[in-house]
Amino acid sequence: MSNFHLEPRPSGAIQKAAEQSLPVTGTEPAGFFTQLKGFWVTFSTMFKKPNTIEYPEVKPEVAPGFHGRHQLNRYEDGLEKCIGCELCAWACPADAIYVEGENNSEGNQISPGERYAKVYQINYLRCIFCGLCIEACPTRALTMTNEYEIADDTREKLIWEKGDLLAPLRAGMLMPPHPMYPESDHHNYYRNEIRESHPSQDTTGGGQSR
Amino acid sequence: MSNASIILDDPTWIIVAKGVLIFVLCVLLTLLSIWGERRIVARMQMRMGPNRVGPFGLIQALADGVKLALKEDIIPAAADRAVFVLAPIISATTCFMAFAVIPLTGEVNFFGEQTIMQLTDLPVGVLYVLATASIGVYGIVLAGWSSGSTYPLLGGLRSSAQVISYEIAMGLSFVGVFIYAGSMSTGDIIAAQSTWWNIVVLFPSFAIYVISMVGETNRAPFDLAEAEGELVGGFHTEYSSLKFALFFLAEYVNIIAVSSLATTLFLGGPSAPPGLGFTSAWLGGWFSFIWFFLKVLAFFFFFVWLRGTLPRLRYDQFMKLGWKVLIPVNVAWILVVATLRLLTQQSASRFVIAGFTGAVVLAVLGAISVYDRSKIKVEELANQVGPMPEPSFPVPALPTSLALREKEGN
Repeated sequence: MSNFHLEPRPSGAIQKAAEQSLPVTGTEPAGFFTQLKGFWVTFSTMFKKPNTIEYPEVKPEVAPGFHGRHQLNRYEDGLEKCIGCELCAWACPADAIYVEGENNSEGNQISPGERYAKVYQINYLRCIFCGLCIEACPTRALTMTNEYEIADDTREKLIWEKGDLLAPLRAGMLMPPHPMYPESDHHNYYRNEIRESHPSQDTTGGGQSR
Repeated sequence: MSNASIILDDPTWIIVAKGVLIFVLCVLLTLLSIWGERRIVARMQMRMGPNRVGPFGLIQALADGVKLALKEDIIPAAADRAVFVLAPIISATTCFMAFAVIPLTGEVNFFGEQTIMQLTDLPVGVLYVLATASIGVYGIVLAGWSSGSTYPLLGGLRSSAQVISYEIAMGLSFVGVFIYAGSMSTGDIIAAQSTWWNIVVLFPSFAIYVISMVGETNRAPFDLAEAEGELVGGFHTEYSSLKFALFFLAEYVNIIAVSSLATTLFLGGPSAPPGLGFTSAWLGGWFSFIWFFLKVLAFFFFFVWLRGTLPRLRYDQFMKLGWKVLIPVNVAWILVVATLRLLTQQSASRFVIAGFTGAVVLAVLGAISVYDRSKIKVEELANQVGPMPEPSFPVPALPTSLALREKEGN
């Protein structure tokens, strides 16, 4: 902030600056025929293709790193990545995220390891899509998608619950709660070594998901 | 046969039918021109323009009109109620009146009657148009005054000053036409253009009329009266609902009216362009309406083109153009036209006419040269003054001096 002067400028500084700065030129209006060029600009533009994207009919591709709505990801066997650590909520400058963690227990294993998010809410009336939550997330549970059509007509509908944010089950995934992959612990999950679900994880006895 | 004598024997029902037709045509043209203007300006700015209501967005203007009609009509507490209501009515009615004297077609067969699509052919037709335009100013100035608010008052004052100033230039540009045609009736003026259109014969008059008609209708680049950047909306700031719609209607009907007048006075009205005279035999003379319509549309496109190209003038520049350029040039041009007219009427020899024309050209060139020399002299004087002395009080730094200080590391 060396430009920020509170003291009056010392005498002579302005004179010096004026001597060193370029004189102002070109204050005269352009000639009549030069000014007529503008008419050609507007006329020729009429025959160019408009830049308009007709949005609701044409949905443009957004950039790969676009900050769209959030998604809570899963491991390849269907367990949730979120461990309910609340770092995203702490990182959020707009206070848009609310998380309540809970212990995983025998028979109710939602995520690998100790804890999972019992409540996970993102308030899209507050969210500024800065992406600090994504940077804060230690397990890559929270990422952003390219989806940008989030508008809705009530405040309640714009508070997204965990169910709205969770990624869908892909092929080979099982709907939690179910036990962790046999002969593995949460470190294997964090190192991304679990590639698919194991038949023994399916406690419902048949079907990939329910 | 002159237009007046053809129209004279019209039965009453034809007069009524013509009146209704002209009104309907004006309203339809307004809707069409609002749509057209928005589409054309949009293309000039690489946008699409309205394209959602109806095919190509054609019904957009109508939908906007319906929306305006359904909106709440607010009259501000500080407004003078009677005048506030009266002002848009004055504006909207006077603008239609100009069309009474403008011939839209040549001679046509209208349900068995030989007539011309022209309500009446007054001997002072063009003056009548000027008169109705002047009454239209009352709509604007009363709207600005009766709103009881600052911006409308300023807008109304600006607008009335503007319209009155440009009406002088406009009226003077008619004088050349009057002298040349020897009549003020629109029908006779068109008849006088049977060999050469006035745009060729009286080009300076035409140029001045075109400039002043833009000023007269408060359109860009002369839209200082409703300069939305500085005066919110000018005289119609406080208006809403149908009253606002009336002002909107008046503006566009005015544009079409001045364009039609320009067509009548300088482009031969409904007569076919040179070389296409055979079209007058088609459709029983109704084809002439297409020529008239095309000419008016060309003017309308010019209006839109101006709006898409030029930035708004400053008020003093605008007044300077009107009073110090258009009016004096116009007066000088009228002198030339009058002299030439007199010389031809007295059947002076060609040498006299050519000599007079040459003298005028020389005088114009001389005036330009003197003007240029005086400008150079002013520049020399300005250079003699030298640089400004440094003030003895602290002043904010120039942007360049800040950059310099940073470079020096202070």
